[in-house]
Amino acid sequence: MLVGQQPKEFLLAVSGLTVSFDGFKAVNDLSFYVEENEIRVIIGPNGAGKTTVLDLICGKTKATSGSIQFRGKELTKMKENEIVQTGVGRKFQTPSVFEDLTVFENLEISFPRGRTVFGSLTFQRDQLVKDRVEEVAEMIFLKDRLNTYADELSHGQKQWLEIGMLLIQDPDLLMLDEPVAGMSVSERAKTAELLNRIIKNRSVLVIEHDMKFVEDIAHKVTVLHQGQILSEGTMEKVKNDPKVVEVYLGH
Amino acid sequence: MIINSRFFNRSELMGFVALAAVLFVILPLTLDVFRLNLVAKYLTYAFVALGLVLCWGYGGILSLGQGVFFGLGGYCMAMFLKLEASSVENTKIQSTPGIPDFMDWNQITSLPLFWQPFHSLTFTILAIVLVPGLFALIIGTAMFKRRVGGTYFAIITQAVAAILTILIVGQQGYTGGINGMTDLRTLKGWDIRPDHAKIILYFVEVVLLFACIGIAQFIRLTKLGRILVAMREQEDRVRFSGYSVANFKIFAFCMAAVFAAIGGAMFALNVGFMSPSFVGIVPSIEMVIYTAVGGRMSIFGAIWGAILVNFAKTSLSESFPQLWLFGLGALFIAVVLAFPNGLSGLWGDYVQPRIDRLFASRKSKAGWKDNSVADGAPAE
Repeated sequence: MLVGQQPKEFLLAVSGLTVSFDGFKAVNDLSFYVEENEIRVIIGPNGAGKTTVLDLICGKTKATSGSIQFRGKELTKMKENEIVQTGVGRKFQTPSVFEDLTVFENLEISFPRGRTVFGSLTFQRDQLVKDRVEEVAEMIFLKDRLNTYADELSHGQKQWLEIGMLLIQDPDLLMLDEPVAGMSVSERAKTAELLNRIIKNRSVLVIEHDMKFVEDIAHKVTVLHQGQILSEGTMEKVKNDPKVVEVYLGH
Repeated sequence: MIINSRFFNRSELMGFVALAAVLFVILPLTLDVFRLNLVAKYLTYAFVALGLVLCWGYGGILSLGQGVFFGLGGYCMAMFLKLEASSVENTKIQSTPGIPDFMDWNQITSLPLFWQPFHSLTFTILAIVLVPGLFALIIGTAMFKRRVGGTYFAIITQAVAAILTILIVGQQGYTGGINGMTDLRTLKGWDIRPDHAKIILYFVEVVLLFACIGIAQFIRLTKLGRILVAMREQEDRVRFSGYSVANFKIFAFCMAAVFAAIGGAMFALNVGFMSPSFVGIVPSIEMVIYTAVGGRMSIFGAIWGAILVNFAKTSLSESFPQLWLFGLGALFIAVVLAFPNGLSGLWGDYVQPRIDRLFASRKSKAGWKDNSVADGAPAE
């Protein structure tokens, strides 16, 4: 159903992407396309190159060859902070929040204003910032903990805080690396609810192992294996693909 | 909501008042001019320590080359003073009168081009800030844009300190070599050597120090201060929040360089000479030790560290000169192993809670959220 569409309608167009670490091709001639407002889940066995794909899109790793177009802009030539400013947000696998700062300050730093040295020297904590921080804090279930230092939060709360830090950036493409890993069952349910709320009006690229969770949220699933696409399509289609069953779901 | 509107929180205000009382009132009233001048010398290192709090304590950038900037500031000041001391009538016994004595000894017959602008005090004051600032900008850009950080950066700054020392010692005719620039006499005709001048210079220095404290505290309280803390912990998260981490590191490094340079310039004025022994590796490491002992997360702690360690150095070296370096080494090990947040950390852990309880019992007014980042309580 994608075949007939023009490439410019895609939010993200990855084509021929290859990265090689000392000759080992972690991602090998990979191409895939993400539409506006689409939720795409990437699954695959360990070492398939899932996290590397996210690293490549957000600029953490530089591609050996290939292209990543986001709204027609070539991301492979941009610096990380420029990619963020274009509208790509990334959440890491392990929660990376600023533990010596409060929840409020964590969210405030991610507020998209005053990102230069002098901008941050003259940054004012005005009503707009406060309202937005409180609004996001409410979404991520941390409204009562604005003045808590982040190192006092539980693992799940840190994950939410990092998701909140992305939300406040208001990216057009949100990339999440295993957002529910290490969470309790109740936290998992809350996170699914949170994700379902925040994915409106943006595209999301998620790496996840939890198949139940994937089924709940995915519009389309891409299965990676040894740096290449093994299968792509709806969850139903992918689940019944014999190749996928053999290398991944079968175990 | 978070209390952030006030410039100092209560414990910082106490630190501010205590430091101001000691430096402005108690020491000038109790010490003789010789000892007060020694304190002025210690305080020149307090400028360096203040810069290291921003750069190392907050930004997590350990520079083992602050002596470079201290030296550059000091040499800029000393060049101006030396030119004034080398007037034609003062130097008429030289083969070329009117140039600094060490140039004459090294068979240099005219003032080198780069010395010429140091006839102007305005240029000198600008140079004290701009030369080290630009030098830090170049080093910082070269290193941080290439993502050189941590230990590698520390080693490179140390190499720069070694290189600059060798350069100064080697270019004797232009720099005064290993002896440095001595016999500095007047500032715009005003003699800097007599007792009353020493007292005035002491107060000028203390005022400058408080101005720098104000700037450092201002930076700390802006979002930039919080970004520095954030960067120290999770550099990637800052980068992927849309900030250019390198630019923030360059800024912190340049600020630290400028503070160190102001300290160096005050050193030349208060002590009356400048030499490469304040530029190299050992003094640069000592500067880091003062900061660590006082507490690298605390502006006031680091200043106390600079004063107390130097006081200990003077007292110990007067009685047991050989022991001092061992003492300093032991002190540093003790800080790293036993109290990583230095004196201010000990204060915050043991003394401050008692004072807080005293206050709390006197007026049981709730709503205080003591922002103790400055006192290093929540560091790793």
